[in-house]
Amino acid sequence: MSPKTLYDKIWDAHLVDEAEDGTCLLYIDRHLVHEVTSPQAFEGLRMNNRTVRAPDKTIAVPDHNVPTTLDRADAATMTEDSRIQVEALDRNAKDFGIHYYPVSDVRQGIVHIVGPEQGWTLPGMTVVCGDSHTATHGAFGALAHGIGTSEVEHVLATQTLIQKKSKNMKVEITGQLAPGVTAKDITLSVIGRTGTAGGTGYVIEYCGEAIRSLSMEGRMTVCNMAIEGGARAGLIAPDEKTFAYCMGRPHAPKGAQWEAAMAWWKTLFSDEDAHWDKVVTIRGEDIAPVVTWGTSPEDVLPITASVPAPEDFKDGKVDAAKRSLEYMGLKAGTPLDQIEIDTVFIGSCTNGRIEDLRAAAAILKGRKVKDGMRAMVVPGSGLVRAQAEEEGLADIFREAGFEWRLAGCSMCLAMNPDQLAPGERCAATSNRNFEGRQGRGGRTHLMSPAMAAAAAVTGRLTDVRELMSEEAVG
Amino acid sequence: MEKFEKLTGVAAPLDMINVDTDMIIPKQFLKTIKRSGLGVNLFDEMRYLSDGSENPDFVLNKPAYRNAEILVAGDNFGCGSSREHAPWAILDFGIRCVIAPSFADIFFNNCFKNGILPIPLPQEQVDILMKDAEKGENARMTVDLEKQEITTSDGEVIPFEVDSFRKHCLLNGLDDIGLTLEKGAAIDSFEAGAGQSRPWV
Ligand code: SF4
Repeated sequence: MSPKTLYDKIWDAHLVDEAEDGTCLLYIDRHLVHEVTSPQAFEGLRMNNRTVRAPDKTIAVPDHNVPTTLDRADAATMTEDSRIQVEALDRNAKDFGIHYYPVSDVRQGIVHIVGPEQGWTLPGMTVVCGDSHTATHGAFGALAHGIGTSEVEHVLATQTLIQKKSKNMKVEITGQLAPGVTAKDITLSVIGRTGTAGGTGYVIEYCGEAIRSLSMEGRMTVCNMAIEGGARAGLIAPDEKTFAYCMGRPHAPKGAQWEAAMAWWKTLFSDEDAHWDKVVTIRGEDIAPVVTWGTSPEDVLPITASVPAPEDFKDGKVDAAKRSLEYMGLKAGTPLDQIEIDTVFIGSCTNGRIEDLRAAAAILKGRKVKDGMRAMVVPGSGLVRAQAEEEGLADIFREAGFEWRLAGCSMCLAMNPDQLAPGERCAATSNRNFEGRQGRGGRTHLMSPAMAAAAAVTGRLTDVRELMSEEAVG
Repeated sequence: MEKFEKLTGVAAPLDMINVDTDMIIPKQFLKTIKRSGLGVNLFDEMRYLSDGSENPDFVLNKPAYRNAEILVAGDNFGCGSSREHAPWAILDFGIRCVIAPSFADIFFNNCFKNGILPIPLPQEQVDILMKDAEKGENARMTVDLEKQEITTSDGEVIPFEVDSFRKHCLLNGLDDIGLTLEKGAAIDSFEAGAGQSRPWV
């Protein structure tokens, strides 16, 4: 048998049909649904008298526009149109009999955090969701990608997706990360290197020692942003860490089924001589704590650098950089760590997991948010929130002056009232710094949770290593 | 879905790279539970000033381009989120064809599902079309899907590639779901097999 990549293996295991021109029908093991991209899909089913083919493989949770303030149980905190979407999801989940975690459920949270947490996401699966950051689930060695609403309807009706196979790309991060450097710095640095279109047409497999050393949380952070690099999906081969994470989760297999699953999962890796269409290698030691300076996730630089000039770029990027700098209100040559900020947002499906909160709290312990700043932590799920309370992290955040919120997407896309005002500048742990992403005219700098915490303390973009104790650095 | 066969119309030039889905349709307009009505908010933040009035400098507000049916844009068009509201807004405005050097994957897919034809072309050819589009409303371009050809206002012909299955669906206005449901037996037998080999799924 010819050698295969991990992507090839998962693809082959889910192929229902292949037409002569290479158009394939791929079977979908898990379909995650949220309130914003699904109403039109359910409406389409109703209009055509269709049903959900596999409700037991379909999971729904409202996350994108639910309020995250502590008073959200009071429906009045939601705007009329948001309420309509959430109520539509409540009703659709009930009418079509799919698994549902309503706002009142402690397990509610961002769909990409809830899926793995509840054991819905497992190695070797195909996972889709009407949300581009579905790539997150690739951390488990699952082929996971975002789809549009028409495709949501297609999967609901047929449990399959029409697809053409992507090419194979390998991103290898060798060696070890330096202290203060995290999964977020890896994934941003890769995009900084390849550009936001560098992965277009590919499925990326991340590998190498630095990736293996990451926890499952860190791996999810890396895969989460594969889409920001243009890739259809990001993957990491499952290993002992993956199995340990999955074991005992509510919807993970048990007993003999667990054994059978493990036997297959252990075959899920890229064969030695597998063919790669593109390879990128980065030394873990060369990755620094980074921040974004512009309005594209590829606008990445080490925190020790300065704001670039448009002339530093080529072709269409010159104009794009000019526009970015204008939008961001930045002057070329300004050291990045002199840029003052107004707001700090810690959360999102990129960095809203327990490890992220621990990393931020480690920096904040015994420190205070700089006067006059707004800082908030929005845990990725109700269970992350509960665990952080139990570990005492919530107290550290509150004592430092952070708002301690309920779970949801919140200021990652600012569909709920958590938004930046025009010109307001934010240190954010989310994944997109597009114009207006966090509110019209709002300015976003992406970074790791530890870097965001450091920025909260100093009131400017900050090299987290300045605030790390001797012990932690050493 | 409406068929796409041959389209002759005004092309609007949007000479920007990395036009993302937040620019195409900002999130405050995602709260709808319908597919229609998003056209007025297409490119909202570039199209309107903060007081809500039209920005006269934005291409789609210029008299020549208010009825554009084709959009010519820069590299990596449609990057960002999976929101199908982006193609819905484009379609609702009246644009049925987008031409760019490259497209983000999900957006590209979403276009076909809504009767919009996205055409990736080499940069040099996009440059030619961009120039043609800049001539204004008398410069009508023709996009012929059957022949896979774009004809500029001066009669220059530029061929393009399109996936044969997608072309078939667009030409005939076919609904994907209906087509897939015809393969129900194949799905049944796949499910039966997978139920044996991977029962935990
Ligand atoms: S946290 Fe942000 S990126 Fe993640 S699913 Fe929510 S809106 Fe999308």
